[in-house]
Amino acid sequence: MLKTFSIGGVHPHENKLSAHQPIITAEVPAKAVILLGQHIGAPAKPIVAKGDVVKVGTKIAEPAGFVSAAIHSSVSGKVAKIDTIVDASGYAKPAIFIDVEGDEWEETIDRSTTLVKECELSTEEIVKKIADAGIVGLGGACFPTQVKLCPPPSFKAECVIINAVECEPYLTADHQLMLEHAEEIMVGVSILMKAVKVNKAFIGIENNKPDAIELMTKVASGYAGIEVVPLKVKYPQGGEKQLIDAITKRQVASGALPISTGAVVQNVGTAFAVYEAVQKNKPLFERVITVTGKSVAKPSNFLARIGTPMKQLIDACGGLPEDTGKVIGGGPMMGKALVNIEVPTAKGSSGILIMNRKEAKRGEAQTCIRCAKCVSACPMGLEPYLLGALSENGDFETMEKERIMDCIECGSCQFTCPANRPLLDYCRLGKGKVGAMIRARQAKK
Amino acid sequence: MNLILIAVISLGAIALVLAAILYVASKKFAVYEDPRIAQVGEVLPQANCGGCGYPGCSGFADACVKAGSLDGKFCPVGGQPVMAKIADILGLAAGEAEPMVAVVRCNGTCANRPRTNQYDGAKSCAIAASLYGGETGCSYGCLGCGDCVAACRFDAIHMNPETGIPEVDEAKCTACGACVKACPKAIIEIRPQGKKSRRVYVSCVNKDKGAVARKACTVSCIGCGKCVKTCPFEAITLENNLAYIDPAKCKSCRKCEEVCPQGTIVALNFPPRKPKTEEATAAAPKAAVAPKETAAAPKETAEAPKVTE
Amino acid sequence: MENKLIVSLSPHVHGGDSVQKNMYGVLIALIPAFLVSLYFFGLGALIVTATSVAACLFFEWAIGKYLLKKPTTTICDGSAIITGVLLAFNLPSNLPIWIIILGALFAIGVGKMSFGGLGCNPFNPALAGRVFLLLSFPVQMTSWPVVGQLTAYTDATTGATPLALMKQAIHAADKSAAMDALNRIPDALSLLIGQNGGCLGEVSALALLLGLVYMLWKKIITWHIPVSILATVFIFAGIMHLADPEKYVSPVLQLLSGGLMLGAVFMATDYVTSPMSKKGMLIYGVCIGLLTVVIRLFGAYPEGMSFAILIMNAFTPLINTYCKPKRFGEVAKKK
Repeated sequence: MLKTFSIGGVHPHENKLSAHQPIITAEVPAKAVILLGQHIGAPAKPIVAKGDVVKVGTKIAEPAGFVSAAIHSSVSGKVAKIDTIVDASGYAKPAIFIDVEGDEWEETIDRSTTLVKECELSTEEIVKKIADAGIVGLGGACFPTQVKLCPPPSFKAECVIINAVECEPYLTADHQLMLEHAEEIMVGVSILMKAVKVNKAFIGIENNKPDAIELMTKVASGYAGIEVVPLKVKYPQGGEKQLIDAITKRQVASGALPISTGAVVQNVGTAFAVYEAVQKNKPLFERVITVTGKSVAKPSNFLARIGTPMKQLIDACGGLPEDTGKVIGGGPMMGKALVNIEVPTAKGSSGILIMNRKEAKRGEAQTCIRCAKCVSACPMGLEPYLLGALSENGDFETMEKERIMDCIECGSCQFTCPANRPLLDYCRLGKGKVGAMIRARQAKK
Repeated sequence: MNLILIAVISLGAIALVLAAILYVASKKFAVYEDPRIAQVGEVLPQANCGGCGYPGCSGFADACVKAGSLDGKFCPVGGQPVMAKIADILGLAAGEAEPMVAVVRCNGTCANRPRTNQYDGAKSCAIAASLYGGETGCSYGCLGCGDCVAACRFDAIHMNPETGIPEVDEAKCTACGACVKACPKAIIEIRPQGKKSRRVYVSCVNKDKGAVARKACTVSCIGCGKCVKTCPFEAITLENNLAYIDPAKCKSCRKCEEVCPQGTIVALNFPPRKPKTEEATAAAPKAAVAPKETAAAPKETAEAPKVTE
Repeated sequence: MENKLIVSLSPHVHGGDSVQKNMYGVLIALIPAFLVSLYFFGLGALIVTATSVAACLFFEWAIGKYLLKKPTTTICDGSAIITGVLLAFNLPSNLPIWIIILGALFAIGVGKMSFGGLGCNPFNPALAGRVFLLLSFPVQMTSWPVVGQLTAYTDATTGATPLALMKQAIHAADKSAAMDALNRIPDALSLLIGQNGGCLGEVSALALLLGLVYMLWKKIITWHIPVSILATVFIFAGIMHLADPEKYVSPVLQLLSGGLMLGAVFMATDYVTSPMSKKGMLIYGVCIGLLTVVIRLFGAYPEGMSFAILIMNAFTPLINTYCKPKRFGEVAKKK
């Protein structure tokens, strides 16, 4: 019996169209636009000015606060301007615009492909290197990695859990990364284990990727304390809390930090980035992105520089299909629909999914028939039908009591709702309002 | 016979005992309440809209009686007549308050502001706003999902299906401010109604730079500052590429409206400037499309603005 | 851009489940029971079911259009058909048409549409209709035709149902009368297959169980409600049987007779009127089981299923308020 998380979950069609497509290095864009807020927390502070010459890997923005991350140039060239650009949300966000000239890398970066296994650095040095490289959680949440590696002193880390679940349908970036860079990932995991001072690591992989499980298990045998855990396919297994539950059978209590269970969860892509940062001195300025969709001519996995316009990647897959209805940054369950395709990629861009108009249109919402399917599907044991109704009626106090803040916004409720109700839309609204209420209350104290 | 007697006696006894308990309780646990609170409550409209800033009408009545002065207290629904009655009851002077009205400061109609994408989520401005900037290039303007309409308890604000912008029914609007709170984009403002409902305001809240704003919407404020220079009363301020007319200083001279290159400044309910144009173009939408002809006919009844030919 | 991109919040995919799919799934699950009732009651079953479904659809359409002024009609979602079939299944096969139409009017009009239509009704509409008829026309509603009269309708010969015989045994003046009544109850096997005289749909427990299996397989319902009802009835009736076997029949016969199976599988599991959490469903099922047996053994009516379900329907909001699903992380807290 394979392990999985205990409450709820759904089974979306996997549609891994781009599986086993080798990672193609995408062309360097002619103009790169690097957003300053690519992570959770305060947007980074630019340290370059208009006209400055930068190389690939040059730090161009400093973290602005504890929860923040450094940003590096992904291209070489001249800073054209520091201005705002309309990002995926349709709001103008600050970004650094760079006109690309050539492709000159910082000399400190080791561009060879030889595997560097040994790491003699101390814990502090590792964490510093990770912070300097601007690494954030590459699963999509974009939480600065160094913050996660320094848990509050009252907690003690017991194990590292590597999230290689990739439970989002369509996306194959992590899968392909594992197939092509298994050794590097293992070294990265070992470094992460050293960084949080534990000697046990689990790599959770869903069993719809048997080749990755096999390869990773084989490679892991050469590393002490790393164990590959095959997991039963179920969405949202890649949720941090769900993954900890699936692997360790410990549940993060409501409102508690995941570290309270002793587990430090990192994405497999993050592990790879950590390897590159620590062993190769390469800051985070490129990542693997899946470009996919049923109507896409050639679904592919790209290694793309951060700041590449999404349109360029779509064009490399055969262009935007005629009947495109929706372009999603990320996977279909939690990704964000894009307002236009000129937006640049960011550290958290795990995929670009193109849907045709028919797929994209939501079904018409009907009245709730109280079938309780959302209650069965919710991985957090909440009652989405109730939360949705409360939110619609503006009863946010009751929503707080019904534990809206536990919602992980995975979308299982809305996915399963036979009446097509926009449950998550309303839950998100309530979560936002209740969050503001809680913050206001804390500010008063 | 006996049976009936027993029933009558026993029930009567129970009734007596209970009555005694009730009497004692009512005397012992009686809470004194100023009778004037109930009197004030009676003259209030009992809409419980919260527009006065107190939790419902009873809360307002309580506050009026306890405060000992009516300064800063105003029932927007009942307006001046109700305040006068309250002042009578309490023997106080009612604070003077200008009648106010909700004003929608966006004119991004389908014609003025082209749609660049299509929203397909739950029909709620709050949700759409949490997702993204909106269906158009303007991330400040009206989202058109009608949260303000749902919030209004007086049926005073309605979506115009043609323009996609809400319109306020002045006759019904009590300026309670529910729509202001409901609008996630802070487009609606409570402004003085003005004499004969004549008022001048900037019908835009876009803070983008001029070029960006102009591209997104033909009637957006581009922050050119012409109105600021023109205004003889220093009533207009320009901040973040957006002009704002202070209603307290504005004398409704309409000079700003003339100079505004975008037709963003709206002068409502003024008589036609020159009787050259025969059309009785009434109110905002039309007025903004053709700023030069902004000749809003005075309306006898302050109804929702409608384009009448 | 001529081709405007559609923007909405995640999730961007849907599981493809729909109200219609669920409702028609229930209808498919009802087919075996309907076929069996046709086999045993023939023409009567056909007339009653057809009338009931047609009347329910008509009232749903008419009330939705003329009273509630809904922009689109809701008759296509299948819920009115289910109400019609279930109402028919709860009626004797010799019931005159006008009574059926009256029942359908009450079921749809009062039981469902007066609360706002599908999803808003606190009581199971079909049961509301049935109980309304039972209380208004007790004679017609409690004279059940004997099985096997294929061409008979209102002229069918009526006879005692197993439940009536059980009641007779309980109230019998002496032991021999009780024994006599008990001996006339058919054995378990024939009850399972269909010698179960009574309402249309109650005839064959086996056909109803087939429907249950189908609905569980299609994930239309979960096992919690039917299993908890059946288990409770079995245990409670079993205890009573052990206490006094001469008065109370065996729990197996209790399970297979009357509307218990129909109620447990199709009526109590109605989405709208049953609790939302698993824990709540179990409590709901157990209470229905207990109430049914109490009414059957100690109440005035031979059958208690309808009343038990309606009573628990009333408690559903309360159960929903107090029975929350198991929250994530609560296990960890207790440690």
